[in-house]
Amino acid sequence: MRHQVRSIDLPSLILIPLLAYGQFVDAAADASVSSFTDSASSEWTGYASLDSQLFLHSPAYSAQDERSLSFAFQPEYYRNWDDRAQTFAFTPFLRIDANDDERTHADIRELFWRMDAEQFVFKAGIDTVFWGVAESQHLVDIINQTDLVENIDREDKLGQPMLNLDYLNDWGTWQAYLLPYFRERTFPGKDGRLRSEPLIDADDVIYESGSEEHHVDFALRWSHYFGDWDIGIAHFSGTSREPLLILGDSGSSLSPLYVQIDQTSIDVQVTKGAWLWKLEAIYNQNNVDDYYAYVGGFEFTQFGVAGSAVDLGWLLEYNYDERGDSAATVLQDDIFFGVRFSDNDIHNTRILAGGTVDANSNSIFANVEASRRLNEHWVLGLEMRLFTNVDEEDPLHQIRDDDYVEIQLMRYF
Amino acid sequence: MNVKRSSQSGFYRSLFVVIGVAIFSGPAVSQEPAANKSAVERGLAIALEADQRDSGFEDTTVSFTMLLNLSGVEEIRREMRQLTLEVEGDGDKSVMVFDKPRDLNGTAILTFTHKVGSDDQWLYLPALKRVKRISSADKSGPFMGSEFAYEDLSSQEVEKYTYTYLRDEPVEGEPSFVVERVPVDPKSGYTRQVTWLDQSEYRLRRVDYYDRKGELLKTMTLTGYTQYLDQYWRPAKMIMKNHQNGKGTTLIFEDYRFRTGLTDSDFNRSALSRIR
Repeated sequence: MRHQVRSIDLPSLILIPLLAYGQFVDAAADASVSSFTDSASSEWTGYASLDSQLFLHSPAYSAQDERSLSFAFQPEYYRNWDDRAQTFAFTPFLRIDANDDERTHADIRELFWRMDAEQFVFKAGIDTVFWGVAESQHLVDIINQTDLVENIDREDKLGQPMLNLDYLNDWGTWQAYLLPYFRERTFPGKDGRLRSEPLIDADDVIYESGSEEHHVDFALRWSHYFGDWDIGIAHFSGTSREPLLILGDSGSSLSPLYVQIDQTSIDVQVTKGAWLWKLEAIYNQNNVDDYYAYVGGFEFTQFGVAGSAVDLGWLLEYNYDERGDSAATVLQDDIFFGVRFSDNDIHNTRILAGGTVDANSNSIFANVEASRRLNEHWVLGLEMRLFTNVDEEDPLHQIRDDDYVEIQLMRYF
Repeated sequence: MNVKRSSQSGFYRSLFVVIGVAIFSGPAVSQEPAANKSAVERGLAIALEADQRDSGFEDTTVSFTMLLNLSGVEEIRREMRQLTLEVEGDGDKSVMVFDKPRDLNGTAILTFTHKVGSDDQWLYLPALKRVKRISSADKSGPFMGSEFAYEDLSSQEVEKYTYTYLRDEPVEGEPSFVVERVPVDPKSGYTRQVTWLDQSEYRLRRVDYYDRKGELLKTMTLTGYTQYLDQYWRPAKMIMKNHQNGKGTTLIFEDYRFRTGLTDSDFNRSALSRIR
C-alpha cells in the first residue's frame, strides 16, 4: 500500500440536503397506502445514495484522482389498476460523479405497461430481466446490457426496450422476448479509475450488423422446477451484449465491436437441504470464434452458528471459458471462493467476502461487500476490491492500481 | 429427554390411576400404554378437528405490521403482506411481500409447504430482479430479526407434528384443550410445543415453545379473533414473548380477505416479481 487511506469526510454540504430531502419523502410515503386487493393503487418509492470511493494507490494515469464522490438517485413509480391486472412502472436512474464525466449518466431502468391475464403476462416497454443461479458471474444472463460505469461487478444493468410474453402452464414458464433496440455498454472516461488503457471510446462503436443498434434481437426461455431441481433453458439470437475490443484507427483508443451471436444456455440449481448446487453453461456461435463457457459450484449454509442467529454461507465456484486468455472475460479458468455472513437481526448486517484466483497466473481479485441497516430508512454499505499479484496477461492488469474502498450511505423512501 | 420431562406430570397422574385401579381390580400393567395411546389419539383428533374447521377457505390475503420490542422502550416497525392459497392434498402455497423497511420493499418469499418432507422456497430480490431458490432448512432462524422463527410463521400442517392431549384448562376464562405437539422435522428449533385450543371453536389461543435444551423459550398468545365467511377464525394479534432474553414481537393483522380469486399462477416463481 503506497498511500495511506485518508479519513472519510462525507461533506456536510451534501449530507444536510440529503437529510432534509429524507424528511420530505417520509411525509410523502406515509400518505401512500398500498394493499394488494384494492382495485387500484400507486406508490412512489426508491432511494438516494451518497458514495465515496477511496483508492489505495496513486492513479496510473494523470487525469485520475485518488478519491471520488458521487451521488445516485433512483425513484420508482408503480401503479396497479383493473384489480391489479394492469401495471405501469417508471424507474429513472441518475448518477452524478465528481470526477468522471462518463460515469455521470442517466438511464431509464423501467418504463413499462404490463397486463396479467391468468396464465399469460404481456409487457411492453423498458425493463430488466435476470436469468441464472451462480454468484461469481452471471453467465447466462443476457437480456440487459451491463451498466459498467456503475460497478465492475456487472450487476447493474441498463434498461432494455422489449416486448415480452410469458406463458405459464403445468410444463413450466415459457418466456418470449422481442428486443427492438440495443443498448451500448457504458465505460469509464479518461478521468475515471477502473478503466482500460488504451481507453475504450464509447462513442466509436462498431457493429457487425448493418442495422447497428436497431437490429431486432430475440430470446426464448423455458424454466421449471422438479422437486429439488430448478432448470432453465434459453436461446438468444442477436447483438452480443459483451463487446470485443479492437484498437481504433488512431491507435490511442479501443473501440467496442458488437458482433451477432446465437447463444444457447442452461442453468440448473439443485437444492438439497443447506446445500445449493449450481451450474450455468453457454454455447455461443458467432462469425469470429464459437466457444463454450460454464460456471459451476455450490453454496453451503450453516444456519444458526454455535447457537446464535448468525448464518454463515460457504461458496465455491469454478469458471471456465474455452477462449482462454483471449476471452473478453476475466473468468476463463478461475476459482471463486467466498463466505457470506448474515446476522439475521434488525440491522440485517450482511457481509460477502471472497476471492477469485486465476488457476494459471495466480492473479487474485479479492472482494468484500457489506451492508448494515441503520434504521428504517438508512443503510450503510461498504465495498472493497483488491487486485493482487495480477499477471500482465490478465485483463485485470490494467486496473491493478485501482484497489479501492467504497462507503455508501443510502436512504430509502 | 424433554419429551419425557413434559409427560412427567401426566405420568404421575397415570401412576395414581394405575395404583388406584390396581388396588381394586388387580394387575393393570396394560393401563399405562392404553392411556398414552388414547392421549395421542385424542391429541391428533383435536388437531384434525381444528384443521378440518379451517379447510375450504380457498385463498386469503392479509396485511400485517410487525412491532419489535427490544428493550421495552424501543419499538421497531415492519410492514408486510401475505397471500395464501389452499392446496388440495398438500400444504398451502404462500407469498410474503415486504413493504417496510423500505430497503426491503418488494422483496418476496414464495413457499410451497409440504405435508411430508421439506418445503420449497424462493426469494425475490428486487434490486437485481433475481429469483433465487433458497434452502428451507433454516427453520429455527429469526424472522426479520424478530422473536418469531420461520417455522412459527409457516403453514401449520397437521402432519408437521405428533400430538399428545394433556388436559383441559381455561385460557382467559374459555375452556380449552391443552395439547402437546412435537415437531417431526429434526431441524426444528423446538423439542416440543404446548398448545391451548379453545373448546368452542378450536382456535389456537396460546403456544409455549420449548427449546432444544427442553427449557421454556417463548410464549405466543393469539387474541382478537374475528370470524370470516361464517366459518374461518383469524386473530388480530399474535404476541410472542421470549422468556430467555426478555424481548417481544407483536404481529398486528389487518384487512383479511377471503376467496379473492387467487390461482396457481399467482404462486409461481415468475409471479414474485409482479406481486408488488
